[in-house]
Amino acid sequence: MRRPVRVLIAKPGLDSHDRGAKVVARALRDAGMEVIYTGLHQTPEQIAESAVQEDVDVVGLSILSGAHNTLVPRVVELLRGKGREDVLVLVGGIIPEEDVPFLQEQGVAAVFGPGTPTEGIARFVAERLRGQECR
Amino acid sequence: MHEVTERKGAFTTVSGQTIKAVYRPDDIAGLDYERDLGDPGQYPFVRGVYPSMYRGRLWTMRQFSGFGAAEDTNARFKYLLEHGETGLSTAFDFPTLLGYDSDHPRAAGEVGKLGVAIDTLDDMERLFAGIRLDRVSTSMTINAPAAILWAMYLVVAEKQGVTWDQVSGTIQNDILKEYIAQKTFVFPPRPSMRLIVDTFEFGARHVPRWNTISISGYHIREAGATAAQELAFTLADGMAYVQAGRERSLDVDEFAPRLSFFFNAHNDLFEEVAKYRAARRIWARHMRERFGARNPRSWLMRFHTQTAGCSLTAQQPECNIIRTAVQALAAVLGGTQSLHTNSMDEALALPSEKAVRIALRTQQILAEESGVANTIDPLAGSYFVEALTDQMEEQAEEYFRKIEDLGGMIRAIELGFPQREIADSAYRYQKALESGEQVVVGVNRYVLDEKVGIPILRVDPEVERRQVGRLQRVRAERDQGAVRQCLGRLEDGARGSGNLMYPILECVRAYCTLGEIMDTLRRVFGTYREPAMY
Repeated sequence: MRRPVRVLIAKPGLDSHDRGAKVVARALRDAGMEVIYTGLHQTPEQIAESAVQEDVDVVGLSILSGAHNTLVPRVVELLRGKGREDVLVLVGGIIPEEDVPFLQEQGVAAVFGPGTPTEGIARFVAERLRGQECR
Repeated sequence: MHEVTERKGAFTTVSGQTIKAVYRPDDIAGLDYERDLGDPGQYPFVRGVYPSMYRGRLWTMRQFSGFGAAEDTNARFKYLLEHGETGLSTAFDFPTLLGYDSDHPRAAGEVGKLGVAIDTLDDMERLFAGIRLDRVSTSMTINAPAAILWAMYLVVAEKQGVTWDQVSGTIQNDILKEYIAQKTFVFPPRPSMRLIVDTFEFGARHVPRWNTISISGYHIREAGATAAQELAFTLADGMAYVQAGRERSLDVDEFAPRLSFFFNAHNDLFEEVAKYRAARRIWARHMRERFGARNPRSWLMRFHTQTAGCSLTAQQPECNIIRTAVQALAAVLGGTQSLHTNSMDEALALPSEKAVRIALRTQQILAEESGVANTIDPLAGSYFVEALTDQMEEQAEEYFRKIEDLGGMIRAIELGFPQREIADSAYRYQKALESGEQVVVGVNRYVLDEKVGIPILRVDPEVERRQVGRLQRVRAERDQGAVRQCLGRLEDGARGSGNLMYPILECVRAYCTLGEIMDTLRRVFGTYREPAMY
């Protein structure tokens, strides 16, 4: 049975700037995906737990606090621990260029910096998950 | 007659407000100079809150700074003061903003990252080491734990031999905008309001030159609000604080002169100027007519401005210098009392020394070279600016009516009304950007494929380990009996109805940690969880 792509948008850590997370959540919803937004101040454990419970295909992490190198690998590791290494993990926010390769090595599919059009994110997800809509 | 052709179908402000081709005398036909503008320093203060404005004294140049441990930020403070900054402004890290100690599990990875880490009085003493607190005014961007950080500052002043009536500055202390936009809340709205009124009362009695709140539109705008929404929600928050003070039976003239404001300066020069001018008129009218304030100092709206962080681009970051200059010009033409100019690298990281120096130089060039500070409110009487000022005021009044209908600002926030309005505007703006209707140079027009060539500040990861070590040492060395007693008295106070500034000061003096004090209050007040909507 076809089902729409399911996305979890999460704000890990203590950072409270949620404009980007909300705009992306809405844009992906308008692009036809099912979007769950966790709200603020989530621990990596809470995020991985929600991702599994909601059976999502994509986890979008929005971070502007500079804590990405601590929090992102933890989320990926927890997802793997729960047998969900297939989840597409995306990161958005203020991420210095030099940290991007590190995050990718940790299993992040893409890092979207400031100025990224939401359409670009939607297209990226659609391309990477082509065929998975039918899971 | 020439045929009129225009290069766009519609001309709007950055907020989406329609702009006419030409403004004429009939656009401001109803304007009465005495009633609607008044001279600078005269009710309703549209032309400025002081009679001489910048001819008497320039605005305070105050760059928001904070990163790493107290020593790192202390060094940045001194660097900026050496380069001509005239007031300090402190950024705290997220654990501090949310009332967690640096060794709390939730603080991992966040210590000293987006601001300075403050756990105890010991950190605050090091933050201001070698800076006399009677010679400089300090703004502290702190909200849920504002009373505690303020108490620390007052004790540092005491230790320097400076009396409380000699210190001046501002604590942000604006929790309503936290629920609306910035989201660093801890307690639910009602106990939060109690803590804020405690600071109003305490300040009026003991710290006469301190601004006990900075009612902030900055973050409301950054979250995506339009200029009119920023204006309306900020002033509505201000009115909710005045109301709360009156419900405590404080005389409005006792605390209103120490209320201050904080606005954003976005790219649209005239819209921003109109916003500040409208803000002064609305505040003066409401304070005098609605709240019955008699002291003219209660009528005037003093404000700090920060240029729009959300307008900065990671692409071609040098262009941010120009954006910031235009925004700073708007703030100055709008009569700000104090200004922070953002640094060009802020869409990438915290500002480096060089970037922040250029941002400060931008203010100095405006102040000393451009001539804009030579006369007061130079745009007054402009058909366009006056019409836009009126329009801003009307839009704000419309929002006040809606908020009133919902049962006041606290209720409106609980219902998610301002949050939803702002989220809608943010989304509309993003769509306008993606359609190209809204141009952002370097992002959707004049795009270059280049590597960013400016140096970025990185916070040493060692900071967290050192900060935790120091905190644990302070915890081990203090008088544990005194700590327990002070925290016990604070808990009793919180369960009662007395002013909490007094027991908080005792806790601070005994080197209780921020986390311990906040946990005590959390036990009594509970914590706030917002509904996750987008």
